[in-house]
Amino acid sequence: MTQTPLSPNQNRQLPLQQPDNLGRFGKFGGKYVPETLMPALLEFEAEYYRHTKDPEFHRQLNELLRDYVGRPSPLYFAERLTERYARPDSTGAQIYLKREDLNHTGAHKINNALAQVLLAKRMGKQRVIAETGAGQHGVATATVCARFGLDCVIFMGVEDMRRQELNVFRMQLLGAEVRPVAAGTGTLKDATSEAIRDWVTNVETTHYILGSVAGPHPYPMIVRDFHAIIGVETRAQAMEKWGGLPDILLACIGGGSNAMGLFHEFVKEPTVRLIGIEAAGEGVDTDKHAATLTKGRPGVLHGAMSYLLQDTDGQVTEAHSISAGLDYPGVGPEHSYLKDLGRAEYYSITDAQALEAFQLLSKLEGIIPALETSHAIAYLETLCPQLTGSPKIVINCSGRGDKDVQTVAKVLKF
Amino acid sequence: MLSVSSCFQSLRDRGQCALIPFITAGDPDLTTTAEALKTLDAAGADLIELGVPYSDPLADGPVIQAAATRALAKGVKLNDVIQMVAQVSPQIKAPIILFTYYNPILNLGIREFLGQIAAAGVKGLVVPDLPLEEAEELLVPAAEIGIEVILLVAPTSSQERIVAIAAKSQGFIYLVSVTGVTGVRSGLEDRVGDILTNLRSVTDKPIAIGFGISAPEHAQQVRKWGADGVIVGSAMVKRLAEGTPVEGLQSIDRFCQSLKAAIG
Repeated sequence: MTQTPLSPNQNRQLPLQQPDNLGRFGKFGGKYVPETLMPALLEFEAEYYRHTKDPEFHRQLNELLRDYVGRPSPLYFAERLTERYARPDSTGAQIYLKREDLNHTGAHKINNALAQVLLAKRMGKQRVIAETGAGQHGVATATVCARFGLDCVIFMGVEDMRRQELNVFRMQLLGAEVRPVAAGTGTLKDATSEAIRDWVTNVETTHYILGSVAGPHPYPMIVRDFHAIIGVETRAQAMEKWGGLPDILLACIGGGSNAMGLFHEFVKEPTVRLIGIEAAGEGVDTDKHAATLTKGRPGVLHGAMSYLLQDTDGQVTEAHSISAGLDYPGVGPEHSYLKDLGRAEYYSITDAQALEAFQLLSKLEGIIPALETSHAIAYLETLCPQLTGSPKIVINCSGRGDKDVQTVAKVLKF
Repeated sequence: MLSVSSCFQSLRDRGQCALIPFITAGDPDLTTTAEALKTLDAAGADLIELGVPYSDPLADGPVIQAAATRALAKGVKLNDVIQMVAQVSPQIKAPIILFTYYNPILNLGIREFLGQIAAAGVKGLVVPDLPLEEAEELLVPAAEIGIEVILLVAPTSSQERIVAIAAKSQGFIYLVSVTGVTGVRSGLEDRVGDILTNLRSVTDKPIAIGFGISAPEHAQQVRKWGADGVIVGSAMVKRLAEGTPVEGLQSIDRFCQSLKAAIG
């Protein structure tokens, strides 16, 4: 029986079947950026291939993933959650949580931030910038910059700074400068635009650690590959626990990095259902949601062709979600590709449903999930009654909810 | 109205450097934009770049971002901009170059968009988020429909890219003078002159310099380096937006004339 590896195989071939050489996943992806950035994207791609062929890069990354991040993250059997959805004959979905919330800094985001900062170091860039929505990617980036002594500027929308105040303080404590972005709705889209503008200006000295599987090629590929460890570990842990594959993978989707990290290892396993959950905000039939794959049309935002929330004139519309990490009108291009292929399924969950699930997991399992993650948990209410037998579901428990307690307390009037 | 390339050719024949002001359509309103096009045409503009307001202008600094946001807040639509151009283009001699991000083009459909702007009298097109690698699907139909697509070269572009961009760009080559977004700046980097010299060595096509050129002295410097054209955006947009529309129009009239005098 395969054992869960303590650290990933050093010579593991990074999965490269998609995108193609032009950075396309089918018709999605590509590089829609000002010419000023093109040389930097080409350089980043070349450096990525060069360094990820170097065993020393993997040795250093794996050691840090183990000793600094705390990998592998456990695959936890959620017994009471499973009981809740059990049928009278005691069959029902067996629910497991992939505990990315237990990583250092409290979410999956550090997998990518850590690996990218190692690349930035090797590329000789002394300054790092990043965008953040919920603040988890900002905190992860600020953390690894502190660890490696790099200057760090985090762009964050003013609205997100208000609702994720704790994370703003954490980033500052870690020595990062948090630059408020007031444009637009003051959320993740605007922070990303401003980070790209900074990169256009300082590209010769700065590395941009993009935090999702979005943006221009090679980011969707690189960020996915650096999160793919989530699925790799899940496969080994599933083999160890029940000697097979999971039947269903479930993850929330903003840009889609935690979902892609879990899915990637299983995309070529036809028996494994892949389900992504977007934020329906106040409902997908209102104008306050972030359900890009459900309600959007293909378009170009932040350098990639993908599904996009836009009006009839091709202007990008404002997204809405109670969870800052899902509050984004775009989505990673590989998700658009998997949707059109029919390989992955995408559904949505409202703010109210996510709040219910937030409380449910807290009370049943003693795990306070992030509001983002709560969207994936909430989908069990819909999914479980549709299933037969006792399929194994793995939910990516992508982040912990400490950052959200103030938001939730306000809504629930604690 | 001449095509973009023939306009440059005739300026070259007369030994002149083109003045290319940029304004954002719909700021403060489309009536003022129509007046501004006529004002700039009369005040010495050789070509005019007209920006289509967009929700996420990645290549633009604060001045043009703010102008786009104001225009969109007033409900300006792409179709309104095209209608306005259709009315004004027969009344002016400066060819109009539309500056738009790629998503509104995709949204309308590439051929539909090109057909509509060509019918309205637009001669050239700049798409700041469409680099060479992605440009083919626009370049091919644009050549058939008669719209010249102008590509950009940046200070960071490699020699290999410069050669490839110069070969594909139509009308002229847009040399971005800074690593950065559009906006008013205090001076020009000396390396721009070197890039221009280098670009000259690989192409006979006209070269116009833009981004950060905000004063007559900058324009003069660009002319001295030997550029075929000078593009002035944020400094123009800022002046047009100050005070009442009439004051704004008077202000860009004077500014355009002073730029023209500086490169004359």
